[in-house]
Amino acid sequence: MAKERIGVYVCHCGTNIAGTVDVEDVSRWAGEVLKDRGVVISRDYKFMCSSLGQELIQKDIKEQGLTRVVVAACSPHLHEATFRNACKIAGLNPYLSELVSIREQDSWVHTDKAVATEKAKAIISGGVERTIWQTPLDPLKVPINPTTMVVGGGIAGIQAALEIADGGFPVVMVEREPSIGGHMAQFDKTFPTLDCSACILTPKMVQVGSHPNIQLLTYAEVTNVSGYVGSFQVTVKQRARSVNVEDCTGCGICQEKCPKKVIDEVFEAGLGYRKAVYTPFPQAVPKYPVIDRENCTYYIKGTCKACEKFCPTGAINFEQEDEYLTFDVGQIILATGWDLFDARRIPQYGYGRLANVFSNLEFERLSNAAGPTGGKIVMRDGITVPKTVGIVHCVGSRDKNYNNYCSAICCMQSLKFAHLVHERTGAEVYNFYIDMRTVSKGYDEFYQRLLDEGTHFIRGKVAEITDAAREPGEEGKLIIQVENTLVGKQMRIPVDMVILSSGLEPRHDTKEVAHLFGISCSADGWLLERHPKLDPVATMTEGIFIAGCLQGPKDIPTSVAQGAAAAARVVGKIQQKEISMEPIKASINQDKCSGCRICNNLCPFNAISFIEDRMVSEVNPALCQGCGTCVAACPAGAISGTVFSDQAILAQIDGLLLKNVKPLELVAG
Amino acid sequence: MKYHYYPGCSLEKNAASYNISTLAIAKPLGMEFVEVDDWNCCGATEYISLNLTAAYALVARNLALASKNTESNQIVAPCSACYLNLRKCDSYMTESTDLADKVNTALAAGGLSYKGGTLKVRHLLDVIVNDIGYDAIAAKVTKPLKGLRIAPYYGCMIVRPIFSGGSSFDDTEYPKTLDKLLKTLGAEVIDFPLKAHCCGGHMTQISEATGYELIRQLVKGATDYKADLMVTLCPMCQLNLDAFQGPMNMYFNTNYKMPVLYFTQMIGLALGIGAAELGIGSELVDARPALSKIGVEVPEPEPIKVRTPKEALPMPSLPEEK
Repeated sequence: MAKERIGVYVCHCGTNIAGTVDVEDVSRWAGEVLKDRGVVISRDYKFMCSSLGQELIQKDIKEQGLTRVVVAACSPHLHEATFRNACKIAGLNPYLSELVSIREQDSWVHTDKAVATEKAKAIISGGVERTIWQTPLDPLKVPINPTTMVVGGGIAGIQAALEIADGGFPVVMVEREPSIGGHMAQFDKTFPTLDCSACILTPKMVQVGSHPNIQLLTYAEVTNVSGYVGSFQVTVKQRARSVNVEDCTGCGICQEKCPKKVIDEVFEAGLGYRKAVYTPFPQAVPKYPVIDRENCTYYIKGTCKACEKFCPTGAINFEQEDEYLTFDVGQIILATGWDLFDARRIPQYGYGRLANVFSNLEFERLSNAAGPTGGKIVMRDGITVPKTVGIVHCVGSRDKNYNNYCSAICCMQSLKFAHLVHERTGAEVYNFYIDMRTVSKGYDEFYQRLLDEGTHFIRGKVAEITDAAREPGEEGKLIIQVENTLVGKQMRIPVDMVILSSGLEPRHDTKEVAHLFGISCSADGWLLERHPKLDPVATMTEGIFIAGCLQGPKDIPTSVAQGAAAAARVVGKIQQKEISMEPIKASINQDKCSGCRICNNLCPFNAISFIEDRMVSEVNPALCQGCGTCVAACPAGAISGTVFSDQAILAQIDGLLLKNVKPLELVAG
Repeated sequence: MKYHYYPGCSLEKNAASYNISTLAIAKPLGMEFVEVDDWNCCGATEYISLNLTAAYALVARNLALASKNTESNQIVAPCSACYLNLRKCDSYMTESTDLADKVNTALAAGGLSYKGGTLKVRHLLDVIVNDIGYDAIAAKVTKPLKGLRIAPYYGCMIVRPIFSGGSSFDDTEYPKTLDKLLKTLGAEVIDFPLKAHCCGGHMTQISEATGYELIRQLVKGATDYKADLMVTLCPMCQLNLDAFQGPMNMYFNTNYKMPVLYFTQMIGLALGIGAAELGIGSELVDARPALSKIGVEVPEPEPIKVRTPKEALPMPSLPEEK
């Protein structure tokens, strides 16, 4: 091996490192002791990441003819790109620089300065040994397909699709339900401004439906994803609508004539009915109905066909079959939304047992002018207007028996309910909360308004909701048993109606979706972002973005912001026309591969495929993210990773153990 | 299946009918009970509040005695308080070596020892619904309890959050197993919202007002739901609701008549066992009107004979008694 000329740069990071590590000593040590290993210069500097710090390195590369650079500073997560770029500018291949962490792995986790200083030396020694083995690499460039797929047609997906389409790029939107609109379409009013949900949502839905750059697929689901950023192949199952959309005018006669009434568990949240042939709501986009084959009399008994008889354009097609369509797209945005926590899991709250206990989604439909009661707030009998209403916050949220997290929207949603009940029925309203969380713009003002309106707020977690009357005045009521924690007393509040503010949960099939797209879930089951603060809409898989509630509970403004943010990321990538990818990849030595296929399923990015005729596995370099899982798992040692080759790792370990300098000192120390 | 059987004190006296009916249904359901030899009191709710170590030693003695016989590793308690105490003791002895050492030092005086986790502590209801199973019971029902409206009452102890990281055999807030069992027997089971509320325990002895109010709430609840009777699984609950229903009525000037029977008695009736063999008739609030709905005849209680001492003076008889 040709002798390398190595430069070592030790960063103080203000006092972050220098406070615990004697940086001058470390720098001096590296320059003297590691001289034999090729270190020709060693410096320390207050902030290596500053322009001046970078210039220091660049100057040395040019003047001293450095062939390797080792920076001892923070985690590579933060500044690896900075120093690689600095080397590149000075004419050194960026992959010949090494950033070793003496902050996260040293100064921040130790208090003893002497120990931390010795550890920093060992870490640098490891970095020096490793960098000797590195080879120059060039980033891979792949062309990017300008088409983007948006999965999920709720408000987050709609926003993302419109932003991209308005930017002039094609979008394919896939929605599972017969219409786009998502949960927002179910609401009557939106907090805190109380503007009509449909009025602000439907114009956007219409835009999606008619946009020349958007191809809309509803009643469809993604079944397979292959490929990599810039060039994904996505298979979509278009379920048979049993309606020829070319002929259908959306007149609605089929729905009117269909004799089969079905409880609508999705759009009406179980509180209303639809027909077997239906569009979920009048403003549905697209306007074409679907026939629900599980409930249609024709599919059950073989006769009926009332819709076909009355359809003026002959659009009904009972023979239509599911179709599998394939799309080539460059990037994907997932916006699949949330499911409601099933309050039946808390039996003491009576949902499903006690008639007048409603879920929040049920109440949204109850209060909606287009809902089953035309917006009249009545009890389950459909007639009686409640005189007292209890609203229970945090149902299934902030509760270690169910979900630990805060569902973020329930406080404001409960305030909205309280206002609507008060406004439309004049009923006394009691809100039972653990903590009020009204943190966004205009939210706390809305809370103040509700306080002024005379809504009662009782701080305490509801113990149970029962119809067992104990005292006179409780008969025929629902009694809410709660400890008022501000007073320190148990209370029993008899009410006519209870609304449970059930929390948000990840979609029941989030795990399958995550697996399908090769991304991961957090412990709570939400999809995981690349960085919770600095990269909330990207995922660990290049080219796949997330927006809206699938990442965690959030309100409409935040969902819209995320949709737009994901779109901006996508458009930015498209405009680069090609994507340069990290050249840190695994590769399989085909002579050593035994074809055991262990690596095939381990790969979190679906990057390894099995070549049947040669009986070996192969890594798709465009998909590989260089995580190294397969490298470690391969029983034949056939897989190696660039930058993480076995020699480099073993050399780094030797360096860490100071075997490169004084093997005996290690035993003594 | 074979189980160690720990009846507990109440099943010897006030809850004798619980014991009789449990043993009566054991054979037809295929449960073999081996009573723990020379068992002692579990300490109920009182002793634990006085002296923890001594209280656990008292409970552990029963576990130690039972574990000597290795034919079974399961111990069954029909009483909720016994069940809770046995389970607590077993769990804490598993978790804390300090407690286990102290308890075993005490047990050593009697030549005994117990290691936490040796026995699995089960409530009778758990064994019946999970080991025997609803289907097996349904297959054995010969006289379904059709037409009987029952309020299932679990009390507060059986559903306590469970120790040792184990899971409860039922929902800890709103249990369902007894409901399902009674439905299996053919009864009409009401969704009784007070099913896991407290019966008052020993409050009747400490504060009448509190104790009677808790009893009133439960009896009123069951009456409001038009239950024919309440069915329970705890001797303390049965005692409170049955024996103190009269005093409670006097206290509040009410007139509730809600019979309270054990679930084992209901199983026995459904299996076709005679009322007398199940100890029915010994309850204080008469269950005969309710049981007559399903054609069960309960023998008239034998009139209590008061022997007049020879020295006694004659009593004047009242006119209407003639």
